[in-house]
Amino acid sequence: MKKTAGKDEFDADPEISSIAERAKNVGIEFDSSRRAASFLQVDQEPRAYGWSEGIEVMSIREAMDRYDWVRDYMWKIVCRDKDEYTKAIAEDFNGYFIRALPRCKVDVPVEACLYLKRVKTQKVYNLVIAEEGSELNVISGCTSHPSSAGMHLGVSEFFVKKGAKLTFTMIHNWQPDVEVRPRSGAVVEENGVLVSNYVLLSPVKYVESCPVAYLKKGAKASFTSLVVAHSGSTIELGNRAILGEKSSADIISRAICRGGRVVSKGYIRGEGKGCRGHLECRGLMLSDEGSILAIPELEAMNPEVDLSHEAAVGRIAEDEIFYLMARGLTRDEATSAIIRGFLDVEIKGLPEFLKREIDRAVEMASEDLM
Amino acid sequence: MESLRVINLGVEAGGRRILENVNLYIKEGQTFVLFGPNGSGKSSLLSAVIGNPHYRVVQGRITFKGEDITGLETDERVRKGIGIAFQNPPKIGGIKLIDLLRKCAKVAGLSEEEAEKKIEESAKFMGMEDMLDRAVNDGFSGGEVKKSELLQLMILNPEFIMLDEPDSGVDLENIATVGRAIKKLLERDRSEEERKKSGLIITHTGHILEYVDADYGVVLFNGRISCIGDPYQILEHISRYGYEACIRKCVEEKSR
Repeated sequence: MKKTAGKDEFDADPEISSIAERAKNVGIEFDSSRRAASFLQVDQEPRAYGWSEGIEVMSIREAMDRYDWVRDYMWKIVCRDKDEYTKAIAEDFNGYFIRALPRCKVDVPVEACLYLKRVKTQKVYNLVIAEEGSELNVISGCTSHPSSAGMHLGVSEFFVKKGAKLTFTMIHNWQPDVEVRPRSGAVVEENGVLVSNYVLLSPVKYVESCPVAYLKKGAKASFTSLVVAHSGSTIELGNRAILGEKSSADIISRAICRGGRVVSKGYIRGEGKGCRGHLECRGLMLSDEGSILAIPELEAMNPEVDLSHEAAVGRIAEDEIFYLMARGLTRDEATSAIIRGFLDVEIKGLPEFLKREIDRAVEMASEDLM
Repeated sequence: MESLRVINLGVEAGGRRILENVNLYIKEGQTFVLFGPNGSGKSSLLSAVIGNPHYRVVQGRITFKGEDITGLETDERVRKGIGIAFQNPPKIGGIKLIDLLRKCAKVAGLSEEEAEKKIEESAKFMGMEDMLDRAVNDGFSGGEVKKSELLQLMILNPEFIMLDEPDSGVDLENIATVGRAIKKLLERDRSEEERKKSGLIITHTGHILEYVDADYGVVLFNGRISCIGDPYQILEHISRYGYEACIRKCVEEKSR
């Protein structure tokens, strides 16, 4: 395993150009002028490149060799023995280690691409640490080789220290025969901010993910997910937020059913006094097949909490299509514009370029969704 | 030259006959005002002309500039030059007004550069500059909805314009803006010879006639056209004696 390489080696890496086309769909550019660092793992084989002051990017194995304390973070939020998948990962894994040093603020994103190519099961453990007062943006793109079939198992743990801000955007683009079972957890310390976005618009066999976030005093978190369940896809997705004193969380999901099955879960537990949480779950049925199940849950542990949720599932309103047609749009253009609008969620605190990545993914998908 | 013709039109909606033997002949440059009590079929007539699928034409036909448009989809009618401002348009979450205006500009055949310029000018004219980044009709006040409808029409620039109660729910401050916009859209600020645009305006109160002049008034009653004449006289009759008396008088005059 080689150490983190620099910009020049990165620009010359032949493996990268071979998967660049697929990676583009998940926001991975492999363009050193627009990224702070880049990490690529093909199956279990990682390679890390970094060229920004104050940001460390390397494989988790190397981080474990280099820093004794890395083990103190690992498996602290996601339990090693949680289920058969976490157990399998604990036995054999590689993955990324991304860390922003204290007070280091880098607005260009770090990108991490996990690529499933030949193996039956890709097993990944990722650790992201935003040290005190730092600001870190990560785009994590997971994709697979055309016609690949297999399983992507991942554990990711996020530590957002005091006053730090982590924006983590995950864009997935799998193949119809791939199963994905990420297990993630985050701890956001005092006055820290976590913005977490998940985008999955392409066919997949099965995704099951329900990350949990623990928010300490005054911390803020927002989770936004945009998913499309194509025929043959089952997507079970949720977010859990455990709120400490004066913390707040927003969980927003938009799900489109094109014949697959979506289970959209949200759970907010208000533990600390003066915390606030809101769940918003909207589903759009574009098919007679498939289903969308929305399960919002709120749990208050003391009287001084403010928790709310709204959920709505339905089809595209015919009067909206007609309205746009009365402005000269064809039925298809009107439908596409409404789907595009449905997925256009205002994500608070999202840097402009990350918004562009999400927009691009949504743009491509809403054309296909017609 | 003829603009819109409605010939012996019969329309059904929800299994009910709502328009019967309606005839209208609107020439280029003319503006008609459509009066009628609630439920008389005014909005239904506009819906049938724009091609709302809920309103089924079961008799007669509609032509625009001599071409039969009865079977065309709504968007095809719009691209031929018919425009409508709805009374109660739906809210379109996720689509910003500016994006919809850009789509209108594209339909109108403007280049990107022309579009931006025209949108900016028109939004300013309507006092809507601050609304452009809002989702269409989302949380708009009554007056803002009407102004947004007119703004969209200004960009689309149709030859034949239908306005469904553009003055209802508009406060005094905004009514002048709405009036000015309609006047411009229908080219009522130009001399009669220069006017190319024609229109059909539904008004309950007649308020809008203080700002825009019109050539003819039409009264719809129980799904039929009962009266055609000078719009100001009709309005005066209706406000003084009510619809039924107005229609009686019309019938008397006709039979004389």
